[in-house]
Amino acid sequence: MSTAPQIPEADDAPLSAAMQQAVDDAIAAHQGRPGALLPMLHAVLAALGHVPLAAVPRIAAALDLSRAEVLGVLSFYHDFRTQPPGRTVVKLCRAEACKAVGADALAEHACRRLGVALQQTRADGAVTLEPVYCLGNCACGPAITIDGRMHGRVSPARFDALLERVAPKDPQP
Amino acid sequence: MSVRVYVPRDASARSLGADEVAAAIAAGAAASGRPLELVRNGSRGMVWLEPLVEVVTPTGRIGYGPVAAQDVPGLLAAGLLDGGDHPLRVGPVAEIPYFARQQRLTFARVGAIDPLDLAAYEAEGGLVGLRNALALSPAAIVQAVTDAGLRGRGGAAFPTGIKWKTVLATEAPQKYVVCNADEGDSGTFSDRMLMEGDPFVLLEGMIIAGLATGATQGYIYLRSEYPDAAAVLQAAIERARAGGVLGPDVLGSGRAFELELRLGAGSYVCGEETALLESLEGKRGQVRYRPPVPAVAGLFGRPTALNNVVTLASVPIILARGAEFYRDFGLGRSRGTLAFQLAGNLARGGLVELAFGVTLRELLYDYGGGSASGRPLRAVQVGGPLGAYVPASDFDLPLDYEAFAAKGAIVGHGGIVAFDDTVDMAAMARYAFEFCAIESCGKCTPCRIGATRGVEVVDRLIARDRPALQLAVLRDLCDTMEHASLCALGGMTPYPVKSALQHFPGDFGLQTADDGAPRSS
Repeated sequence: MSTAPQIPEADDAPLSAAMQQAVDDAIAAHQGRPGALLPMLHAVLAALGHVPLAAVPRIAAALDLSRAEVLGVLSFYHDFRTQPPGRTVVKLCRAEACKAVGADALAEHACRRLGVALQQTRADGAVTLEPVYCLGNCACGPAITIDGRMHGRVSPARFDALLERVAPKDPQP
Repeated sequence: MSVRVYVPRDASARSLGADEVAAAIAAGAAASGRPLELVRNGSRGMVWLEPLVEVVTPTGRIGYGPVAAQDVPGLLAAGLLDGGDHPLRVGPVAEIPYFARQQRLTFARVGAIDPLDLAAYEAEGGLVGLRNALALSPAAIVQAVTDAGLRGRGGAAFPTGIKWKTVLATEAPQKYVVCNADEGDSGTFSDRMLMEGDPFVLLEGMIIAGLATGATQGYIYLRSEYPDAAAVLQAAIERARAGGVLGPDVLGSGRAFELELRLGAGSYVCGEETALLESLEGKRGQVRYRPPVPAVAGLFGRPTALNNVVTLASVPIILARGAEFYRDFGLGRSRGTLAFQLAGNLARGGLVELAFGVTLRELLYDYGGGSASGRPLRAVQVGGPLGAYVPASDFDLPLDYEAFAAKGAIVGHGGIVAFDDTVDMAAMARYAFEFCAIESCGKCTPCRIGATRGVEVVDRLIARDRPALQLAVLRDLCDTMEHASLCALGGMTPYPVKSALQHFPGDFGLQTADDGAPRSS
């Protein structure tokens, strides 16, 4: 089952006008297609960086689904975050092929260097660190992505060079 | 006359700096006034040489690799654009033994051509299989695929012809072809390399599947972790449509086939075929009870030919060259070739397409060059996270579905992940359960609960808390998961666990895997 963060109450963050527009655009773009829910959620994610919970009732109504069905799908898939991520999103591959070349040590290094735990966003909102299970870069691991851009053979030194801009000024010892 | 230079656009090559290399070459050539035709090709599969730059010369395509952007000025000064000598020059690419000794059938064009150049695709043998298929009856196409002995390359190795025959025989107002491009197994990247390097061959295979089964609509379900593949496929679909290959009148035959790309959303279990169908329908990716099989009632309840990327991409050459040509590769009931993926701790990781029957040792040492770390190889995991760990004493095993099954192992999708002697196999066993717990769809109890209990039992075993008792519980748990799970995720998670325990009991603090006696040392 998904280890996605806990879903807060659906009514605690109303949609801004811009967000509402993005959600309505996503609905308009995909309504009527067979199996439209995932494309719709992807479109909202692409536009807003997350899928706000307040979008759930609109999407449910558009697809003639219950809110529970939409929430069920939203919470099932790792991609569909319901909270805005940090300004930079770093994903670390945690799967076997990368483990064989030091992914566990890199993950420890990354948490220490960036001052944030896996699956967390740093308090200053600068960076979110997430695990990912295989990026298909298994012949040149460890693999990571930074804002969607993949990097291979990432040693701790290369990690530091790639992420210098988001490292805290006073890294933890 | 302009010089043609190839710099891969493959995601692995890009992850190692190919875009920067391409930009540096373009800038350098422009500065020297030399006309340049820069082609972004797929990867040849020699990932250890990436970014691998190829320059077309009168004596063939000369390779340089691995090239970093900062190497480019020196390379240009050394005459890169004329195939000049340099420490990074690897000579004619087609003659590199790693590449030259392969049997490239499905991956023949990958790395050779511009992946989105339909004319180049056709010039290199593309569309021949489709044209032949258009002249055949559906039953004759199914027969050719059956006679070729093609089995599902996604891992389950089910005979493709039998699957298609079922779809063909099931009457329905609408049928579908669905391509499973949810390549989530760690250590596998052949689907990705094929989609990025030769997308038209996948499209051609899907159209042939449609002709064979009576399906007129296809979907490619691609994992969201592959954005490069998504971009290439989307562009390929548009070009194929513009070129009359896809659409209401496939190559002027009057036959229709449409195709749509859909993205997954980070769920491993959606690589399981029925979970994939649920996901395509817009639902949680939960596994379905079987029967009915998807060939009878699949997408939206309709008969669906659901095949892996490499399976579908292997169909055009069967229709182009004939079933016998394909069947002559391989051994036993494993016919044709498999694109093995050498991953993890290997000096020369990459993709190696060979006939079935090659041994692990040949792949690991002759091709892979042994470990990247220089330390002895201790274990390899074959077939993804649900595959068994194979110890060095079994490296002479031939890669053949039945030979591996006899050892309690799988060939799967052909991914081979190598570990050196620093690996902690108890930690890997624990991880197998942990991964299953993260990715379980939650539908069946053995997988949903068993995976979490498995992590706990392995933790107690590692902590030497009543090891004989933990071993008994672990065996019982593995037995339950293997026999009572709905799909391979729960059903095969015990494979890596049991093999790790059997071959490396010392890592669990045990003398043997049988009695729970502590290690003497």
